[in-house]
Amino acid sequence: MAQIIVVTSGKGGVGKTTSSAAIATGLALEGHKTVVIDFDIGLRNLDLIMGCERRVVYDFVNVINGEANLNQALIKDKRSNNLFILPASQTRDKDALTKEGVGKVLEDLSKDFEYIICDSPAGIEQGAMMSLYYADIAIITTNPEVSSVRDSDRILGMLQSKSRRAEQNLEPIQEYLLLTRYSPKRVTTGEMLSVEDVEEILAIELVGVIPESQAVLKASNSGTPVILDNESDAGKAYSDTVERLLGNNVPLRFLEEEKKGLLKRIFGS
Amino acid sequence: MALIDYFRSKKSPSSASLAKERLQIIVAHQRSERDTPDYFPKMKQEIIEVINRYITISEDQVSVNVDQNDENLSVLELNVTLPEDK
Ligand SMILES: Nc1ncnc2c1ncn2[C@@H]1O[C@H](COP(=O)(O)OP(=O)(O)O)[C@@H](O)[C@H]1O
Ligand SMILES: [Mg+2]
Repeated sequence: MAQIIVVTSGKGGVGKTTSSAAIATGLALEGHKTVVIDFDIGLRNLDLIMGCERRVVYDFVNVINGEANLNQALIKDKRSNNLFILPASQTRDKDALTKEGVGKVLEDLSKDFEYIICDSPAGIEQGAMMSLYYADIAIITTNPEVSSVRDSDRILGMLQSKSRRAEQNLEPIQEYLLLTRYSPKRVTTGEMLSVEDVEEILAIELVGVIPESQAVLKASNSGTPVILDNESDAGKAYSDTVERLLGNNVPLRFLEEEKKGLLKRIFGS
Repeated sequence: MALIDYFRSKKSPSSASLAKERLQIIVAHQRSERDTPDYFPKMKQEIIEVINRYITISEDQVSVNVDQNDENLSVLELNVTLPEDK
């Protein structure tokens, strides 16, 4: 049986797709057969972040509607044999995702894969609800900022009441906090909520902190998940996150601002 | 950051601590509503409508809560903050 992991947030633009691509790639690099699914129907962009946009023929909705089978729609990642992408449709509306249709696809994928990563769209409508409905694990992607934290808490409410596990009174979804776009410098100056603040407010287990990083834009420009940039702070922080998801205890990094020389601190920069 | 800014930034409560305070209130509020029965939002809305026939109030002046005191006693708590007389 595969583990179904939803990368969700409520709010848009916080880093769900960046994180889905990074985590899926990281799990595959560790030897786990992984598929990453774009649930953002009508606004697909996981294919761009994964760098496979020119190889999309069929999509998730085609498979649900029986217009293509899974093997036709799955795109094999060019960097890893363990990684596949199921793209979203560019044209349909999000009601194309039905509970039965999504359930059937996930069930079929479960036979072949160890991990199924669901990249959720923003909001709390059909697409977002379907991406979290079947989850075993939820990665609550959050920026240290009021509206993102509030939306994350709303999503926690959904996970606890509207998911399959909640409806069927099964063991609850495991909830993890992934704090992204973190700026240690702005935390020091009191402009940004700290890791501890967000942990305290949401009260869920922290699985990673990804710093605000120029490497992310660079990675998306080239269609290479940022985790493959293993020189970069964000790449390393995602690798650590994957380790923690796999149950390994690795310390947090990049929580302190880089030390500046004394002269710079006195005279400003 | 210049040294001068460094000292300055320590004085007044930071904007981050303000954010944290506001979020703690918002999240506590969201979570208390989460554990309520499904008919609650609608009931709350109707209560507000009734009160609004007599005095103008906004939604955030009304709080409706259920307290589960023990196994067979729940208390419905209705709090309405009335506007100040002008
Ligand atoms: N750690 C980060 N540092 C800098 N920019 C980031 C970071 N994470 C995400 N971004 C940028 O934020 C934007 C939204 O990211 P994306 O992953 O598409 O969010 P979502 O899927 O939640 O809408 C993108 O432009 C992305 O490059
Ligand atoms: Mg996205």
